[in-house]
Amino acid sequence: MEPNHKLDLESLLADLEHYRPPRQGWLWRKTAPGQRGPFSYREISADLDRSIGLPASRYFEDIDPQPDTVITTEIASGRFEDDIRRMRMAAWHGADHMMVIRTAGQSHFDGLLEGTPEGVGGVPITRKQLRATRKALDVIEDEVGRPINFHSYVSGVAGPEIAVLFSEEGVAGAHQDPQYNVLYRNINVFRSFVDAAAAKAIMAGSCMLQIDGAHNANATAREAWKVMPELLVQHAINCAFSCGIGMDSQQIALSTVPPTAPPAPCISIDLPYAVALREFFDGFRFRAQMNTRYMESSTREATVTHVLNLLISRLTSADIQSTITPDEGRNVPWHHYNVQAVDTAKQALVGMDGLSDLVELKRQGYLGDRIREIKERAILFLEEILETGGYGAALERGFFVDSGFYPERAGDGIVRTMEGGISAGTIVQRDADYWAPVCHHYGYNTADSCDSIGGCTLCRPEKIQYIDELDAEDNAHQRLKKSRPYRSHWLRPEVQWAGDGVVVVNFFLPADSRTAKYAALAMAEKMGLADAEVIHSECMHPAEGTYLEVRGVWDGSIDSSELDLPEEKEPLSERTITEQVAGHGLKVVGATVGEDEHSVGLREILDIKHGGLEGFGIDCHYLGTSVPVEKVVDAAVEAGADAILISTIISHNDVHQWNMRKLHSLCQEKGVRDKFLLVAGGTQVTDEMAKANGMDAGFGRGTKGIDVASFLVETLFLQEQNSEN
Amino acid sequence: MDYGQRRQHLKDLSEEQLKKRFWQLAEEVVEPLLTMSYNHTTPSIERSVLLRMGFNSLEAGSIVKGVHAHGLLGKGAGHVVYRFSQEKQLDLLEAGRQLAVLDNWDEVKTLMEGGPGRGAQS
Repeated sequence: MEPNHKLDLESLLADLEHYRPPRQGWLWRKTAPGQRGPFSYREISADLDRSIGLPASRYFEDIDPQPDTVITTEIASGRFEDDIRRMRMAAWHGADHMMVIRTAGQSHFDGLLEGTPEGVGGVPITRKQLRATRKALDVIEDEVGRPINFHSYVSGVAGPEIAVLFSEEGVAGAHQDPQYNVLYRNINVFRSFVDAAAAKAIMAGSCMLQIDGAHNANATAREAWKVMPELLVQHAINCAFSCGIGMDSQQIALSTVPPTAPPAPCISIDLPYAVALREFFDGFRFRAQMNTRYMESSTREATVTHVLNLLISRLTSADIQSTITPDEGRNVPWHHYNVQAVDTAKQALVGMDGLSDLVELKRQGYLGDRIREIKERAILFLEEILETGGYGAALERGFFVDSGFYPERAGDGIVRTMEGGISAGTIVQRDADYWAPVCHHYGYNTADSCDSIGGCTLCRPEKIQYIDELDAEDNAHQRLKKSRPYRSHWLRPEVQWAGDGVVVVNFFLPADSRTAKYAALAMAEKMGLADAEVIHSECMHPAEGTYLEVRGVWDGSIDSSELDLPEEKEPLSERTITEQVAGHGLKVVGATVGEDEHSVGLREILDIKHGGLEGFGIDCHYLGTSVPVEKVVDAAVEAGADAILISTIISHNDVHQWNMRKLHSLCQEKGVRDKFLLVAGGTQVTDEMAKANGMDAGFGRGTKGIDVASFLVETLFLQEQNSEN
Repeated sequence: MDYGQRRQHLKDLSEEQLKKRFWQLAEEVVEPLLTMSYNHTTPSIERSVLLRMGFNSLEAGSIVKGVHAHGLLGKGAGHVVYRFSQEKQLDLLEAGRQLAVLDNWDEVKTLMEGGPGRGAQS
């Protein structure tokens, strides 16, 4: 797969009948501490063959260190063929755990879905969808050079069948927790546990990683920070039940979320809980998830909360670091927010590399007392379950997801009766001659292997039957036909589906929030955006103003093949530059001009250690910062320079452009304009703008010394030669 | 009773003892659930058996519907398909497909009353 080629979705959907996944089971990252660029790291894994580093990596030799934990991204727009492209983007930024959320309603579907119908808030999980996605992940993992774990959900009233499907199709990890079915899907308690036992045995048989569902209590409870004792209990019930089935503790990951978020003093609440959990569940794996309970529509606020969650991960441990996209508080996640969430995790984790060598948790005092208290409260909870008559009786009395800090109770827990719920009355006692001739089958069984049927599908995958589509209209092929123009040369904005046309416009309006909202919608309409909707509004001041983000659909497109792209200029080779400078001699004077104290940019262009002009033998006279333009021109005249380089970062009131014009006119006044090449640089500078203000060239963000050296040599020596020739 | 009173029997336990007690209690809570799971089956479990025997999801759904409706789930849906295939001299998939559309199950019920272990003997 070439990095500059798009995934060929049509060919991914072809010949799936014969596709087999490359492997079964979960894979962890391989740790590879050591030197990366100028730095030494302790908690990182092997680099990727191809990746996109954090924006600031350009200051650090373009390194892209990968943390030691698996990083999850949750993707499910309803159209898996569009999600596949997002998976590729996320993998390039460092995700190696693709978690696919199921479509609304699949939990209650009594059987497997087939084909590729469109989902709502998730994807219909089917054999075809799994094969096409896994096939794409095969390509993507080859491209980035790291295995990718594919994950979905073994829950609902078809758990055992889904476990078989996942095992057959090489799904590496799955959520499985019967308590989730009971509490949040209102599926009968007995049915949930009997199904879960069968599903877990199948998962264990194919080394699938199991993630539990306790974190949902965080997301549901009215006061999430008070459910901590119960969370330990929920984890324990699923872990003890899973181990009782025969699952290895290393195959079980606890899904744990720091329960609270600022403005609560979250570290002091979340850290003792995280430590208590890891001490009680030593030997299990930890999937650290980010808080969703207190997310609003501010992506900034969500990101800060998530970074604090990452601090908890680094202060304790995380085998898997899950990510919540910062836009989840306002929509089903969009492409670039998945990438941002992965980058947030990567950035924070590598930034905190080696933290445990620097700080130690104070076990004496507040932290130790809180840890002990949470543990004791969890034990008291378990004691009361047994005193009440067991798990079913506790459910009937509303023990779970109660907002009280146990043993206090708020009386708002979820109540489920043993005889109630979806699929109540559907468990059947196995007869003495119960017989099931298949592998990894939990429970009483008079068959001990699959020999009598010549092997089951887990031993002989060629026996698996493949169903393609059941609906001639509602399928990926039809959707791809419609989106084809927008996946080739016709460009249209998108946030989740090819050609969806969605854009977001940011507004600050000097008005109160309510006025600003309706004004922003009216403005969006004038801009030609359909279905405009305010997705975020934040009061800056009750009277002075409001910040808003407005989503809308732009019903246009651009033919990229007809775009007039300015030619991208390749710099001259280092050798050519050095030879030309050695032959002619080249002297420059540089300064940051005006009232501007920024020195880093120009120093990078000039200094030998940053690959700057000095490295090519150019004689550089650096005058410093906040230098008056007059002084720069005088210095250039005195030094007999060939070029003047001014750096101008501050751009308020277009002062940067004003300084360029001043430099040009001053040189004219002094009659030296033709003696010097005038070059301006800065984050807000473009070549076009600089030329329009009298400069010979302008250089913006991302410029390196060689770009400037190449321009000087080309203009001073090579163009001259060309014109002489 | 509040936490301060309830914790009296725990307050002198070491961290290790506390952990041990936590896991003992958790195992006690799940023990009856494990026993129940060991001795019971469900339509989904039986469909999962049929999938592993090579049926597709539509076939598995129809067969288990019939097996459940006629009170034979406790025998195992795979068991029913297997015995039916032996009786009718059909391969497994064909036997299952016939069961999926079968109207009169009397013969199948009689067949399955033949006593324990017959499937396993084959």
